Amino acid sequence: MNRDARALSSVPLWVWLALGLSVGAQLAFQSTRQPAPPAAADLAPPPPVQALRLASFGEPEASARLLMLYLQAFDLGGGNALPYKNLDYRRLTGWLRAILELDPRSGYPLFLAARVYAEVPDEARARIALEFVYQEFFKDPNRRWPWLAHAALLAKHRLGDLALAHRYAAAIDHYTTAQDIPLWAKQMEIFILEDMNELQAAKIMIGGLLAKGAIRDPAEVRFLKERLDELEARIARGKKK
Amino acid sequence: MTSWYRCAWRSTSFEARRGGLPWLALASIAFALGLAAFLSQVALTESLALQASIVAALLRACAVFLIAVQVASSTLRELNDKALERMLSLPLSRSTQYLGRLAGFALCGVALAAACAAPLLLWAPAGTVLLWAVSLACESALVAAAALFFSMTLAQLVPAIAATAGLYVLGRSIAAIQSIAGGPLAEASLPHEMARWVLDAVALLLPRLEAVTRTAWLLYGPPDAGAYAAALAGLVVYTGVLIAAGLFDFHRRNL
Repeated sequence: MNRDARALSSVPLWVWLALGLSVGAQLAFQSTRQPAPPAAADLAPPPPVQALRLASFGEPEASARLLMLYLQAFDLGGGNALPYKNLDYRRLTGWLRAILELDPRSGYPLFLAARVYAEVPDEARARIALEFVYQEFFKDPNRRWPWLAHAALLAKHRLGDLALAHRYAAAIDHYTTAQDIPLWAKQMEIFILEDMNELQAAKIMIGGLLAKGAIRDPAEVRFLKERLDELEARIARGKKK
Repeated sequence: MTSWYRCAWRSTSFEARRGGLPWLALASIAFALGLAAFLSQVALTESLALQASIVAALLRACAVFLIAVQVASSTLRELNDKALERMLSLPLSRSTQYLGRLAGFALCGVALAAACAAPLLLWAPAGTVLLWAVSLACESALVAAAALFFSMTLAQLVPAIAATAGLYVLGRSIAAIQSIAGGPLAEASLPHEMARWVLDAVALLLPRLEAVTRTAWLLYGPPDAGAYAAALAGLVVYTGVLIAAGLFDFHRRNL
């Protein structure tokens, strides 16, 4: 507080009124404008990577993560019962590709593609998301194999496309060279060909990743545990029927 | 001479305290931590990396902005209050006065960098945070030198801050601008080639700020020692250029 200020009583009444009315008008006006969650149609075409790099002012890591939060808000929630069902997946994967180029070491775009966008109940859209994961895998196989492994499981159990699942599993086997890649990932092809249900396979994969310490982020651990619970509940419901 | 430097540090730190710099720094840290905590609630993965990157990027920008505004406002107040003329009547050379003032501001920048780096210990190892903090301290010293130079030369608050901000923003984005100009989609015409040469010439006059105080160090491990030393050496060289230019202008100044 400024020590040189005069007493409040020195402010004329009409100024008090003007201040009160203008603040009231501002609150009333803003309360009528509750922003709606962005709809699928609002997703603009992805900007060029160079433009994103320029706009990030030398902070590509922070910008990439903020862009991911921006992207995942589209077509999610509100009156939308099936998230992401209306998104233009070509546009979406364009965004994911641009963000991944902005920070190639971030796993967020691939995580979202494999574990969220590829799990929509729409085969055509799921295939676009899976293909994105497959194409991006080749740029850094030793870091990106976990998402392709999940893509292989989805291809087998959700799409029922054994050939596609086999292609993904074979890519992991052929192109990963790091010593710390678990044996089950290298032998994913056997995993795919075995008569194993989706829950068993997911349990081996997620359990393996958690046990190996590959997933340490609390948000991701929570997300994967919730997914496992959902899967268990879905399979239990299927058995009852 | 040493007592003059001590006196300059005391005076700039007093100015900083009087201007509320410590409180502004604390408010920036609280805001960055709050924003990072909020955003991590909606992240499905990499929530810790998101928090670290948001806090680092925001605090870096805040530290630089605060030091630039502090230097510009403090210097221009001295100019307007004729305090500078009184100081010049002291038996000290102009170089000593200029360097003493800059040393005081640079130490403020170091203190600000240390305060901004401290919260990052929540997400990254101490050694990496120390490298980041040293880099931010050098970056703040460069910005302090730029703000002092522009304040002395332009003698107006808004143009001085605008010029410092312009130099800083260009320094951080010039690599991206050059990569756009040299991209494969760029047409191979003479005007375009000339524009590219002009850009390359402008880049020679700017510091490479995109290579320093990088968030990637905190997320993916410390930088290579050679690259780190080269990035910091670039800052030191450019700060030297700004100091020399400032001294040149100050010695020619008729008060």
